Amino acid sequence: MPRVFITGIGIISAIGFDAGEVYQSLRNGRSGVGKLTLIDSVYQDEIPVAEIKANLQELMRIATPKINGYYTRNALLGLIAARQAVWQAALDRETLRDTALISGTTVGGMDRSEGFIKGYLAGTNKGMIRQVSGHDCGDSTEKIAENLGIKGYMATLNTACSSSANAIMMGARLIKQGKAKKAVAGGVDCLTRFTLNGFNSLMILDRAQCRPFDENRNGLNLGEGSAFVVLESEDDVVRTGKTPLAEVGGYGNACDAYHQTASSPEGHGAFLSMQKALDMAHLSPADISYINTHGTGTKNNDLSEGVAIERLYGNNVPPCSSTKSFTGHTLAAAGAIEAVISTLAIQNNCLFPNLNYSEQMHELTFVPIQKYRPEFPLTHVMSNSFGFGGNNSSLIFSRI
Amino acid sequence: MIAYIRGAAVLSPQKTFTKPGFPDEIIHYPDSAFLKCLEPNYRDYIDPMVARRMSRVVKMGVCAALQCMKDTGIDMPDGIIAGTGLGCLEDTGKFLVSIYANEEKLLNPTPFIQSTHNTVAGAIALAIKCHHYNATYTHRGFSFENALQDALMQLSDNPSLHILAGGFDELTDHSYTLTKRLGLWKNHAVDNFSLYDDHSRGSLPGEGVAFFMLGGQKGTHDFARLVSMKTLFEPDVKDNGTNITRFLREAGTGIEQVDLVILGNSGDDKYDRIYDPLTEGVLANKPCAAYKYLCGEYDTSASFALYMASLILKYQKLPEHSLIRGKCPEHINRILLYNHLRAKNHSLYLLERC
Repeated sequence: MPRVFITGIGIISAIGFDAGEVYQSLRNGRSGVGKLTLIDSVYQDEIPVAEIKANLQELMRIATPKINGYYTRNALLGLIAARQAVWQAALDRETLRDTALISGTTVGGMDRSEGFIKGYLAGTNKGMIRQVSGHDCGDSTEKIAENLGIKGYMATLNTACSSSANAIMMGARLIKQGKAKKAVAGGVDCLTRFTLNGFNSLMILDRAQCRPFDENRNGLNLGEGSAFVVLESEDDVVRTGKTPLAEVGGYGNACDAYHQTASSPEGHGAFLSMQKALDMAHLSPADISYINTHGTGTKNNDLSEGVAIERLYGNNVPPCSSTKSFTGHTLAAAGAIEAVISTLAIQNNCLFPNLNYSEQMHELTFVPIQKYRPEFPLTHVMSNSFGFGGNNSSLIFSRI
Repeated sequence: MIAYIRGAAVLSPQKTFTKPGFPDEIIHYPDSAFLKCLEPNYRDYIDPMVARRMSRVVKMGVCAALQCMKDTGIDMPDGIIAGTGLGCLEDTGKFLVSIYANEEKLLNPTPFIQSTHNTVAGAIALAIKCHHYNATYTHRGFSFENALQDALMQLSDNPSLHILAGGFDELTDHSYTLTKRLGLWKNHAVDNFSLYDDHSRGSLPGEGVAFFMLGGQKGTHDFARLVSMKTLFEPDVKDNGTNITRFLREAGTGIEQVDLVILGNSGDDKYDRIYDPLTEGVLANKPCAAYKYLCGEYDTSASFALYMASLILKYQKLPEHSLIRGKCPEHINRILLYNHLRAKNHSLYLLERC
């Protein structure tokens, strides 16, 4: 089976509108978590979020100069990130026609549906119906495809917070099986009143900056964003003389099958997905030089993930951090955003810190990285993404 | 990349769930705005305490999956893959309305938890403690096809596996009202038996849940085998004939080897027109059957068609009223299934008799 390389990355998040800005924020310890400004909510002053400071009109200007049609926030964020990745990989129109597009999203066009519902609740014939036309999860993927001229295999995943990790996995599998030469894979989720209230009703939103892997962690911060990577087969990369950024060395998908939302205390699903990814890459735990954890900052996730990491890595847990302390938890986009961050770490030989950490968790022996560490060569990076429904996925990115 | 369909369990507006084989009696809905699923007795499948928290589509999904595993004797599949166009709409609607009704205060988290599209595949895994591969696709008229493609790829990597793959979509009061306003459905009630004689805009909305047990190696009681499938995004309508020919050629066959074509006619005059050049061109003289008069139109309706096609191959019998062109062939060894969702998402399937 051919090796799969990353040749382009694209990202938009609360810590930057492209990979360069994101890298600078990570290096300088600049978190994107702050006040909620773009969504009308009673929690505006109470619950901090990692918001992209640009409204629909501004995003439209960034996304494309010749936009027409009806766009949701997700479609625009996705288009911005996917276009960056395609540019960096220098895929031309002709190539894009045969390229696969795999995306992950959970909220779809919920932002527009929320705009619609107020009117609708006043009367079922009220409200501007066009606002729900992009409600479904496939809409943003099709908008990206239409704008970039992608006509190859197309799929959208919703496995909650592991959606875009699974999208990257599917992109890599398509190439390995020879079903596609190239794939644009990633995901997108914008902030919505729906998810804000959903996670708030579960009482897992921190009222302050989230503290992943801290003994006193008190929940997650929601974020928004999108990231995409361009995946190409080794043959294509060699033939075109491109310099690949990293290799997708391994991946694993497993189901915790413990509870609809909670993770098992022993982190069974997490352990399995990490183990599967290592097996596939023919690596042992000692080969992993950094883990970009799922690390949401909830009591449940960090304990379950931490226990699973210790079970797998024993006393030799590699440097770990949760960059959700910068980007917030971007739900479906998290796996792709962290794939881009892992690629940036490999490219720049550095470790990005886990912000807001002060006290070690009693149940764990390892401590996350707290300071940016330059000149730290990375060979293999593991990135974890776990979701509701027990959908756990782990990806391994490797230096070439 | 061949998948053997070991078995299937289907909840639909027809009596598809009650016994093996396609139902002899087709339910006539003489005056309908939509078609809804006949529901099983959930208590036979799910602990009432657990079922209490589940929405209708989650219960239907779990029931269909459990029945499929029971029928095929495979109680621990090596992967669970679902496809759904619109996910768990009832709970999505419930939570969304509660946000506004309660001004964001003291909301019940249960509908939020169960609103995500992966709830069904997650609940199935939870019911049987399946820690293997688990995924949910949601892409309009590709949702079920994405799930099947993933299953086929898993089987291609390892033909000894068994994958439980399925599609589900529910119709709720809100979703019907909203999609009606978007102009997807007919403005008048119709008779499902004369859906294709109506010649008007809009189709008949429906819903359904279908789970299939797929294996990579031939079994003893397989329904049929899925030889190839393909999805096409917004193809140029004038290329449809060429696309079908190419699809069959890539599968190592040709149109002359196809005994029956199943088409996705929905009764919507605007979109059904896309099939016309084919039935007069590349598919001319081929017997053609329809299926949406049985289950209605929904994003994952091709899952119903796949079920119907595999049973036609197994029992060599067509459902009543399904033939819309030509004569019923004597032997049905190969079926081509072609569906499109509102001209955007086109899918092709090739099935063979086992």
